[in-house]
Amino acid sequence: MLSTRDLVLCALFAALLGGLGMAPPIPLGFLPVPVTAQTLGVMLAGTILGAKRGGIAALLFVLLVAAGLPLLAGGRGGIGVLMGPTGGFVLSWPVAAFVTGWLAERFATNANPVRLFAVSVLGGILVVYAGGIPWLWLVAGLPIDKAVFGSLAFVPGDLIKAGVAAVAASGVRRAGILPIHA
Amino acid sequence: MLGLYLHRESVIHRLPAGAKLGGLLLVTVAVLALPSAWGALAAGLIGAAVLVAARLPAARVLAELRAPVVMLTLLFGFQALLAGGGWEETAIAVARFATLILLATLVTLTTRVMDMVDLFERLFGLLRPVGVNPAKMALMLALTIRFIPLLGEQVREVRMAQRARGVERNIAALFVPLLVKILTMADDLTAALEARGYDPAEPETKNST
Repeated sequence: MLSTRDLVLCALFAALLGGLGMAPPIPLGFLPVPVTAQTLGVMLAGTILGAKRGGIAALLFVLLVAAGLPLLAGGRGGIGVLMGPTGGFVLSWPVAAFVTGWLAERFATNANPVRLFAVSVLGGILVVYAGGIPWLWLVAGLPIDKAVFGSLAFVPGDLIKAGVAAVAASGVRRAGILPIHA
Repeated sequence: MLGLYLHRESVIHRLPAGAKLGGLLLVTVAVLALPSAWGALAAGLIGAAVLVAARLPAARVLAELRAPVVMLTLLFGFQALLAGGGWEETAIAVARFATLILLATLVTLTTRVMDMVDLFERLFGLLRPVGVNPAKMALMLALTIRFIPLLGEQVREVRMAQRARGVERNIAALFVPLLVKILTMADDLTAALEARGYDPAEPETKNST
């Protein structure tokens, strides 16, 4: 059962996803494309809150986007965006946060950034692509191999985000504020 | 809280959120089931009718559609070139999805965020048998809406502090203080909720949003 503190944490992380969408993209010194940090927030929700609370946080965010709040990067939102060709990449976030959290609860319970990175890649990148690419195929009829090829362009940026999520989660774990099994 | 909602006095705006969402679902299923051209035509006519009935400015609505249509056209055009398919087929396929996205956008533009959230809460009630507590979901949605501007402010604040220290390109230096701040805020907010008598064990605690 969710305690009062769990409810607050889920809402705060859902709001963090929204806050990250509002912030101007973060410039990365060596990449030409600025990084919008929302998927980073999904990884952090999983690694810091764990499977259940992380999944709920991302679900709250997706529901509010569907309700018509312009929370996605660039002020986009509404059911139209979720139904559009790239909607699967957003709809997969609750599952991605849950899987990241589930893996973190089992394989990355301390402040080891390498393990946190691996968990973020599996949950925060692989699951998101596993949701987004079939959606792209379903809605836009883009053949799977072409969709996979096109999505590869985003992998370097996503790997950097997973790295940042790992370093940040590791820093928070070292600060010892929130053990994963709270 | 500002949403994408665009207020007008119209029949469409007054329709309950559930009716609009249900209608969207039905039309979507129908369009996907019908042969391409007819489905697109039917959905397009419905979309145009709703657009007029809702008294929405067409320019604003079409602006919402530009990004997905450009992307769909690129994707389908790319395929037509590779597979040697006809341009008519591409146009029909783009039209089909563009009209569905148009209808979904119209639902969003004519429905208040709070009405949509209320609808979600009622739908969560259906999930009670599998252990979902609709009152808790409702409270979390309300809290999230309240926290979003707060968190946006926190993100900006921490970034400004890092810029002042000359470490704005170090992302770890952004996220660690941000997360620590969020986690300490959680303690204060939990205490504030409990001080106001919120008890999560009470099954029917329905906090007004």
